[in-house]
Amino acid sequence: MSFFRRFAQNRGALVGLAVLFVIVLIAIFTPMVSSADPWKSLGRPLTPPGAQFPLGSDMLGRDVLTGILFGARISLLIGILSAVVSALIGVTVGAVAGFFGGWVDDVLVRITEFFQTIPSFIFAILLVAILTPGLTSIVVAIAVVTWPPIARLARAEFMTLRRREFVEAAVLSGVSQPRIIVREVLPNAISPLIVMGSLTVATAILTESALSFLGLGDPNRISWGYMIGASRTVFRQAWWLSVFPGLAIVSTVLAINLVGEGLNDALNPHLKGRVGVQ
Amino acid sequence: MRHLGFVAGWVVKAFVVVLAITILNFFLIRMAPGDPAIVLAGEAGAADEQFMAQVRQDFGLDKPLPVQLAAYVGNVLTLDLGQSYRAQRPVVDMLFERLPATLLLTGTAYLFALIVGPLLGALAAMRSRTVFDSALMVVALFFYATPIFWVGLLLILVFSVNLGWLPPFGMQSLIPVSGTLNHVLDVARHLVLPALTLGLFYVAVYVRLTRASMLETASLDYVKTARAKGLPEWRVATAHILRTALLPIITFAGLQAGHLVGGAVVVETVFAWPGIGRLAFDALFQRDYNLLLGVFLLSALMVVFFNMLTDIFLRIADPRIGGNS
Amino acid sequence: MPKSLKVEGTIRYDGQNLVGLAPGLHRRIRGSRIGMVFQEPMAALNPVMKVGKQIEEVFRFHNVPGPYDDRIVALLASMGLPEPELLRHAYPFRLSGGQRQRVMIAMALALDPDLLIADEPTTALDVTTQKQILSLLKAAQDERHMAIMLITHDFGVVADVGDEVAVMQEGRIVERGSVREVLHNPQHDYTRTLLAAVPDLSPRPARAASAAPPLLTATDVTKTYKGRAGLFAPRREVQAVKGVSLKLARGETVGIVGESGSGKSTFARIVVRLLKADSGEVRLEGVPGNLLALDHRQLAPVRRRVQMVFQDPFASLNPRRTVFEIVAQGLLAHGVDRRTARKRVDELLDLVALDPSAAERYPNAFSGGQRQRIGIARALALEPDVIVADEPVSALDVSIQARVLELFASIQARLGIGLLFITHDLRVAAQICDHVAVMRNGAVVEEGESAQVLFDPAHEYTRLLIDSIPGLGKLPTKRAVAPAATDAPER
Repeated sequence: MSFFRRFAQNRGALVGLAVLFVIVLIAIFTPMVSSADPWKSLGRPLTPPGAQFPLGSDMLGRDVLTGILFGARISLLIGILSAVVSALIGVTVGAVAGFFGGWVDDVLVRITEFFQTIPSFIFAILLVAILTPGLTSIVVAIAVVTWPPIARLARAEFMTLRRREFVEAAVLSGVSQPRIIVREVLPNAISPLIVMGSLTVATAILTESALSFLGLGDPNRISWGYMIGASRTVFRQAWWLSVFPGLAIVSTVLAINLVGEGLNDALNPHLKGRVGVQ
Repeated sequence: MRHLGFVAGWVVKAFVVVLAITILNFFLIRMAPGDPAIVLAGEAGAADEQFMAQVRQDFGLDKPLPVQLAAYVGNVLTLDLGQSYRAQRPVVDMLFERLPATLLLTGTAYLFALIVGPLLGALAAMRSRTVFDSALMVVALFFYATPIFWVGLLLILVFSVNLGWLPPFGMQSLIPVSGTLNHVLDVARHLVLPALTLGLFYVAVYVRLTRASMLETASLDYVKTARAKGLPEWRVATAHILRTALLPIITFAGLQAGHLVGGAVVVETVFAWPGIGRLAFDALFQRDYNLLLGVFLLSALMVVFFNMLTDIFLRIADPRIGGNS
Repeated sequence: MPKSLKVEGTIRYDGQNLVGLAPGLHRRIRGSRIGMVFQEPMAALNPVMKVGKQIEEVFRFHNVPGPYDDRIVALLASMGLPEPELLRHAYPFRLSGGQRQRVMIAMALALDPDLLIADEPTTALDVTTQKQILSLLKAAQDERHMAIMLITHDFGVVADVGDEVAVMQEGRIVERGSVREVLHNPQHDYTRTLLAAVPDLSPRPARAASAAPPLLTATDVTKTYKGRAGLFAPRREVQAVKGVSLKLARGETVGIVGESGSGKSTFARIVVRLLKADSGEVRLEGVPGNLLALDHRQLAPVRRRVQMVFQDPFASLNPRRTVFEIVAQGLLAHGVDRRTARKRVDELLDLVALDPSAAERYPNAFSGGQRQRIGIARALALEPDVIVADEPVSALDVSIQARVLELFASIQARLGIGLLFITHDLRVAAQICDHVAVMRNGAVVEEGESAQVLFDPAHEYTRLLIDSIPGLGKLPTKRAVAPAATDAPER
């Protein structure tokens, strides 16, 4: 069965893909099409959802809907960038540790364990606070705290594949080590890594929202977490200020998770089979 | 002897973590743009010359880098985390004041997640492909995909603002209650929402994990053996499937401990819970980096402690670890 | 049981139809009246429950009144398990494969069932352990007057312990009758094919090649595995290979025979330099110095002369690469251009009797036997002088085994390769080897010409191995594989 057929068999994955598609469109086109300014006050503060403000206005009279539409870009951007950086670190560390073994592995495993032991979110806060909040510092901070699970997975995959007979055969055939890693091992390890990478995007978006909720977001760009955090003092009177941006975060993260599960079914059919049959 | 080795192993581990975090902290401060003295003294504060001199002296900033590092590590190892230049108090005192509240919150959430999550996950696996299973998995996926702070805000909206059942913030009522029992009940009432908020995400994680792990274990050969012995289904499910299926969950819970402690910062901020997470948030706003570094160190130690607890559980549950026969 | 599986018909047990029987009633029969033993002793016991406790469950949940301790100890003792009082407090991971299978049988026999169903109970075990377990089952049967339904792929086992036999093909019983009748006068074609494929212990005649100067000489090769030392635990050591020496001539096949843990595979991987030896020497004709001491740069040009064929036809081919890429990888790595490599791969596929169109396909399009042919083609691509074959047929069905062995023999006759053949199966060794070395616990206990070692063994362990071959002397004999078949064109 083909990749697409297996993916399409998972109905949740299809729904997730559709939702994600819409969000991506919003993220790409809102700033291009709309001339609105999410920072500008358009009317009375704290107006409940209604004709003037479909999703209400905040304490400075800014439109919540506009904020949400403009916020999509930063959430997705940070999510994807940090997942890519995180995957680059994780796969490199894991691949080297798993493939070469020995003391290299020992050292890298200790480092990975250390990064997994430290309270990742507090570390991220420290990094952003000290490097001053901005796109780069947030991406770096999220990547630095999300790579260890990827490294562990990559290491496990590389370690088992390294001992496979087809890798031994390549060694005996005189194939060079970099070529063995890239041509023999990586293609067989890539499926679970892709799935994990896609789930890392979801984690990164959640982490970003928590950082900006605490006021550590990029001060020049509006984001969903910031909207909730900024209105925290008035949320008891104006529920719409936290509920709608929160829904935006939840639907994005949910959609990515569903797509990730669909990818898992499609890329690792043996895993699905193992879980499904009893 | 075995227990001695175990304890010694964890002491070494804790020591290494403290050392590593200390070194990390040292370099983090020096990564910040500008004079470390100004960074440490608080950028926003109108620090006078005398104050800056004190900071420079505390940290030996006029000496070469290795000497500074050695002095810093030495200080930390003697439990001297320096001053909070905002509060003008030793950081260690401030941390220990707040530690019990955080331990109470994270400990409750951890236990709640570790009991409820696997329980629900096991039920879902035993009724796999029923309405109950599907509904539970949808709910679990929802909480898995929801930012913790948002769950907290919604819970406050529903249970405090609308229903008025539970207090929305703090650890105890503003007007002190009399009697120990009343005091405990008061704290417990305040604890419900924050602990629920922090725990629900992990409940979701463990529900999903336990279900998958149970279904996978159920297909193993020895489960067939158990059925061939003529054991009743409930016995097969509890003694043979669940027991083994829980092992990866416990392992994972240990790995997640760091995450849990980090989540406490957000929850304590939302609920104004007077723990070290809330302290971190305040330190963040006052740019009291020395205090923030202290929080980081202490929370890392808490993670080591949670890891150790998990390891003990795992040793009890899995005879293959630790070499007892 | 998968939910989609549908069972129709009747299974009568003691007058009761088991198909569609209420689960509660069925449960009461399972484990008490019908016992069951499975194939994988490593997987069939609960890893986190003490052995005694697992047996106790049988008593407890069939409402046998306690106390159970004495019964459990007696049961374990009757299975020939050592120190049953201690053993019942052990977890399965402390036991050997044979011991676990004994525990399984103890559990199945705890309530003296009328019927024991044993599903390939000895397939995962070494041959000497298999013999012990089969006699244990026999003894238990005589003592209890119990029926045994034994499921096996091995006619040797049938010949040893069976009274009646039913032959199944594609879900149907194609032939049944008394064991004597079916073995000596098979009626169905499928039964005949199966019987013909069972190799017997008739060594091929030793060939003149043995007199040639040695191509490969191993002297005193030693390897110790060192476990990792914990912070407070001493490091564990296992001596896997102890001073193994042997010689291999051009055109000769030397077999290394041993049970699991004998160190034969470790030795094979040392010879091809996939593992490092601690000490010892391997000399290869035309290479100055010790092969084991060459550094990476010196090794590169020599490596192609010693190639390997692997055990697992599924794990040994990269599922993501075409057969062409797999077979040609060595050629391409040694700078041969693609067009030449292409021609060479066609020749090689022809040599191993595969269609040239195979080159464009991926490994999953092939059966186990075909994959093993691809593996052989890969090993031959660099025109090696020595091929080390590590259990190359043990993952294959008996009927396919014979064909792959024929292929080895014919290729060797044509190309004059020295073949080091690792196997646990004496019958396979007899078919293909000129010389045999028997290994046990890392050391060679006996070596010599196949005929001599197999018919006149000097060491008691060799005798034990031969005695343990299931069905020896009870199956009709056939001729050995002809060494030089001419079914493929010269290259």
